[in-house]
Amino acid sequence: MKFFPLVWATLWRKKTRTIFTLLSIVVAFLLFGVLETVDDAFAHPGVGVSGANNLITTNKYSITLQLPFSDTQQIRSVPGVAEVTWITWFGAYYQESKNFVFAMPIDTDTYFNLHKDEFIVSAAQMNAFRTTRTGALVNAELMKKFGWKVGDKVPLHSTIWTQKNGSLDWTFDIVGSFLAKDPTQQSQQATSVLFHYELFDEGRSFGKGNVGWFEERIANPSEAGAVAGRIDALFANSSDETKTQPAKDFTMAFVKQFGDIGFVLRAILGAVFFTLLLLTGNTMMQSVRERIPELAVLKTLGFSDGTVLGLVITESLLLCLTAAVIGLALSYAALPIIKHGLQGVELSPRALLPGLGVAVILALIVGFPPALRAMRLNIVDALADKR
Amino acid sequence: MTAAIVSLSHVSKRYVRGKQSIEVLEDLSLDIAQGEFVALMGPSGSGKTTLLNLIGGLDTPTSGQITVAGQRLDRLSSGALARWRSTHVGFVFQFYNLMPMLTAQRNVELPLLLTRLSGSQRKAHALAALTLVGIADRAKHKPSELSGGQAQRVAIARALVADPTLLVCDEPTGDLDRKSADEVLHLLQELNREHGKSIVIVTHDPKAAEFAGRQLHMDKGSLLEPGTLAA
Repeated sequence: MKFFPLVWATLWRKKTRTIFTLLSIVVAFLLFGVLETVDDAFAHPGVGVSGANNLITTNKYSITLQLPFSDTQQIRSVPGVAEVTWITWFGAYYQESKNFVFAMPIDTDTYFNLHKDEFIVSAAQMNAFRTTRTGALVNAELMKKFGWKVGDKVPLHSTIWTQKNGSLDWTFDIVGSFLAKDPTQQSQQATSVLFHYELFDEGRSFGKGNVGWFEERIANPSEAGAVAGRIDALFANSSDETKTQPAKDFTMAFVKQFGDIGFVLRAILGAVFFTLLLLTGNTMMQSVRERIPELAVLKTLGFSDGTVLGLVITESLLLCLTAAVIGLALSYAALPIIKHGLQGVELSPRALLPGLGVAVILALIVGFPPALRAMRLNIVDALADKR
Repeated sequence: MTAAIVSLSHVSKRYVRGKQSIEVLEDLSLDIAQGEFVALMGPSGSGKTTLLNLIGGLDTPTSGQITVAGQRLDRLSSGALARWRSTHVGFVFQFYNLMPMLTAQRNVELPLLLTRLSGSQRKAHALAALTLVGIADRAKHKPSELSGGQAQRVAIARALVADPTLLVCDEPTGDLDRKSADEVLHLLQELNREHGKSIVIVTHDPKAAEFAGRQLHMDKGSLLEPGTLAA
């Protein structure tokens, strides 16, 4: 601690350079915090979503390939399956493509039976939904975002499903709103719109009688593997072979169809930190080079080689950790903004913690070469230029 | 007879630069008594600074023995030599070599960072040293805010603060005007006479050398007159 004022003063010896270096590290760690949080969100998208006792059955070869609705009865007959519902990816937006809406055609009874503990919706509105063919239940946050209210007719544009009249625009009557019972799940459902499968199936111009995937509730979570095996065995060697997996794995696979997000984010971070390494390393080397006479004086006064090495390493740690804390704090502050941009993705600040470890590693890498140089400094040679 | 604080016996120093070997000091023997004020003079390249470096423990001889304050320096490792310097010798340089980002007081505190003194004790010692050299009122000023003479006084305070037995000064007035130079030399003389500090200075300036009790002249790595033990 007694060396802190010396190290701190040394760090600010060239204020402009230190500020610019600090800013570049702050920006890098801001980026790190944001990208790691997003990566973490995509890597763990299903945490707590559907519970451990839900399975998803998709087409064995691609989740973009449909399955026959008629499989429902066979799946329901599998021992261990307590409930089955079916869902299809609707792919919709409201007015502009940036207004993504996670709209899903559902079978009301089976869907809410399977997810009965997950929604807060009034009995009256649920009843209205059941009795209105064109009805839709909309997440309360989405209602607020677009200024919708119960009774509104809203058109949603599907990116996939044309109606029989050739239109991609589907109109729904909002009959109620819902919230996730578990507040941590609210952001994942923030763009959800639920409407009737019957309306969808009758209205679409192709794919009639098919569904996107089945979701099963199993009676005993410990039998998930066995039940999944029994379901897939039912359709083995058929024209529509299936792949049944835990809901969490399905969500991850669903996200990965957009590409290996983790790889892309890590590649960006790798490029950023490689540049940062060169930049900060160069700054540290330059800073030590300029201070050679001063370091020689410290050695003259009796500072040992190890102490001088420690001073330069501490300076590097102080620079990198200060900047990292500021950068990570800014990325934490930016979480609500990112959350807004990535609707439906749950963000957690836990991804920020490794940032401090990265800062320490960065500090050691950029600080060690100049520290070694300072340690090996020959006093007589160093003082020869400036007595 | 006063005991020798510095004793060099048949000391040689050779530098190797590439394929070239340069003999800087050649079979040099010298004794400097406790409490003596010695001026080393001679033309550039005569080996004055090399001799000063050896006496101050900044360098080690190629051959020969160097004993300072009872310690054989030629036998010490680099780490042990650093520890020895921190307690036994104070350095004053021509260009002061103060840390530009630290105040005068913080500069003077530097050698005390290597001791077990608390922050307040270090501060008290630093202020005492600055008072001794007559510049306590500039304690909160940075080197850039000080004149050359004031900066050199701060450097002397830094050299004194750990209460070393020996002060080694390399051209301490080389960067000062005559008036400031005389003030600094009077200060060194006072430290020698009233506080018993042994002082070795290297200088080109005959007037500066007059402040010393003994003048030694060097040329081509040898003392022109062999050092004698002061009575």
